[in-house]
Amino acid sequence: MAKASLRWQCRRGMLELDFVLERYLDRHYDAADQTEQGLFARLLSAQDPELQLWILNGVTHPDPAFQPLIAKIRGI
Amino acid sequence: MALNKRRFDALIIGAGGAGLNAAIQLANTDARVAVVSKVFPTRSHTVAAQGGVNAALANVLPDNWHWHMFDTVKGSDYLGDQDAIEFMCREAIPTVYELEHNGVPFSRLDDGKIYQRAFGGQSQDFGGAQAARTCAAADRTGHAILHALYQQNVRARTHFFDEYFAIDLIRDDEGAILGALVMEIETGEPLLIEAKATVLATGGCGQVYRTTSNAHINTGDGMAMALRAGIPLMDMEFFQFHPTGIAGRGMLITEGVRGEGGYLVNRDGERFMERYAPNAKDLASRDVVSRAIVTEVKEGRGCGPQADHVLLKVDHLGEEIVSKRLPGIRESGRIFAGVDAAHEPLPVFPTAHYVMGGIPTDPYGRVIVPQGTGEEVVPGLYAAGECACVSVHGANRLGGNSLLDILVFGRAAGLDVIENLQEHKNHRPMNESSVEAAMARLTRWDQKGEGISIRELRDEFRKTMEDHAGVFRTEEIMGEGVEKLKALRDRLPEVRLHDHSKVFNTARVEALELENLFDTGIAIAYSALMRKESRGAHSRPDYPDRDDTNWMKHSLYFREDDRMDYKPVRTKPLTVETFPPKARVY
Ligand SMILES: Cc1cc2nc3c(=O)[nH]c(=O)nc-3n(C[C@H](O)[C@H](O)[C@H](O)COP(=O)(O)OP(=O)(O)OC[C@H]3O[C@@H](n4cnc5c(N)ncnc54)[C@H](O)[C@@H]3O)c2cc1C
Repeated sequence: MAKASLRWQCRRGMLELDFVLERYLDRHYDAADQTEQGLFARLLSAQDPELQLWILNGVTHPDPAFQPLIAKIRGI
Repeated sequence: MALNKRRFDALIIGAGGAGLNAAIQLANTDARVAVVSKVFPTRSHTVAAQGGVNAALANVLPDNWHWHMFDTVKGSDYLGDQDAIEFMCREAIPTVYELEHNGVPFSRLDDGKIYQRAFGGQSQDFGGAQAARTCAAADRTGHAILHALYQQNVRARTHFFDEYFAIDLIRDDEGAILGALVMEIETGEPLLIEAKATVLATGGCGQVYRTTSNAHINTGDGMAMALRAGIPLMDMEFFQFHPTGIAGRGMLITEGVRGEGGYLVNRDGERFMERYAPNAKDLASRDVVSRAIVTEVKEGRGCGPQADHVLLKVDHLGEEIVSKRLPGIRESGRIFAGVDAAHEPLPVFPTAHYVMGGIPTDPYGRVIVPQGTGEEVVPGLYAAGECACVSVHGANRLGGNSLLDILVFGRAAGLDVIENLQEHKNHRPMNESSVEAAMARLTRWDQKGEGISIRELRDEFRKTMEDHAGVFRTEEIMGEGVEKLKALRDRLPEVRLHDHSKVFNTARVEALELENLFDTGIAIAYSALMRKESRGAHSRPDYPDRDDTNWMKHSLYFREDDRMDYKPVRTKPLTVETFPPKARVY
């Protein structure tokens, strides 16, 4: 998916998510490989409370393939 | 190129709790309903509301709507309209049951009834013992509401225009609203949506401030659209701030942190709340703590390289307690401030949370404007939710009452639209000059060349709002602020976009949002400057008392000439006795 479209998908209902998702898009997305870029696009299709669990509350994503991406988004 | 057009009976702008609950009322009629939302509906800001929604169901402790009404009138610092408040508190009960029926999975008691939590500001028996009035769906109330209402609307064939941005209302020469000009964000194409009734449900405007708990989408679009259509905004000076947001970012740090023994310090390491509130200290009320923090910063005792925040300490509690009792705060600190709260203090500053003011409506969601010595309805226009002001929150909102407001008045607006459509079978004739004016707002951003960037002007605007129309409000500070804001507004025409592509051009959306931030922000600043008293969330050190003789009235700000007008508070409820103003002590 084009980056411009992803930028709009980073607009969420919670400020916390806006912040971490846009930060990833600005800092890491361009340098990421295609697999990671694809995972990011898929992650954005999740519901806000799910994203909140995985990214903000640190709950493990059911699909381990997402975990490294989520760690990068958390940016700790 | 010809402008694409669509016709619907009703157009609802906004797909948060208010918009979706308005739309669902029309589901069982044969009306054609369009819902426009700039983000996918379940990404609306309502999703952030996790606390819950108030209704006097009396499932856990004794309760009734009249006590709920008393608490709301008192909480409003007697600025709320008592007829609207009675209506809301009565309607709360069927509204929650209707939501349950529509599939919201409320948390339950063992006997199967809806569980209810106790929150601040809730009392039994008109100011007596604590009541338990808040219904929640675990910690996902907002999402559960959006999800259920969205599903029901899809089933009812509501037509969703997802990721469409509403630019402006279209109106005829008599002031009747004929629909709106919108833009598909993906393609950048404009679309004219004609409707017999239009409902604004675009949510709040926290983004006018630099530090806010609101999502980036909360840019006051609907409020600004109303202003540009000649409609005033009411009581905009009343903005609720939360004392502890992450500095420079805005994310909320819950009150619970100070309840667990966290406290605030300035650059000298002083526990400054002891000076401002010797008894309650860090647990003083929100406005007292917020003002103390801003005072510390203003007087040069702020922390950090810019000396622009204070510190919230929990590290003295020890790693074990922080991890066990405040895990969320530790995560937030690490993610948003790069600080581990178990070992270092968190940088905090008051964060703009909720706007009590908005587009003036009656309890049926109809937008009303002054006319002669009275008021009249704007034909074809409704507003509901945080963008509206039916005046149930007055000068301050109680927790759990805003989800209630959006649901009750979203519903009321939807029901009134049904009646309205029965009376008005035909579309009014289109008004081309109004369409052209709206189109000009869009095409203005095609101008090329050098100019100021959106970010530069936006940052400066939001900082000015924070410094001059935020927590700390004196004549001098606000007067200077209004002048600065007007000077910034004069620079708006110099802003240029660098990216003129059509597809998902978010910069273009941000440009349109920037204009909306200016219109709503300036409404706040003007209204605040003019109100010379302290009431609810509007607190002025130079006028420290509430002045019921001169100021128990609603403010109305008009965009044209930045004009102010006022109207009386409606103190007469529908069926019960008036609650006369009293000192508001808790
Ligand atoms: C962190 C946080 C927690 C909260 N918790 C609670 C709580 O526990 N209980 C409570 O009662 N209240 C709570 N509130 C307040 C409450 O969440 C909001 O007041 C309420 O959700 C607003 O709902 P709404 O339907 O008016 O608007 P929103 O949910 O904000 O929806 C606005 C809609 O308008 C659309 N829109 C906006 N502009 C445009 C445009 N130009 N074109 C097209 N579409 C547009 C958006 O896409 C969106 O669909 C909380 C607020 C915050 C910030």
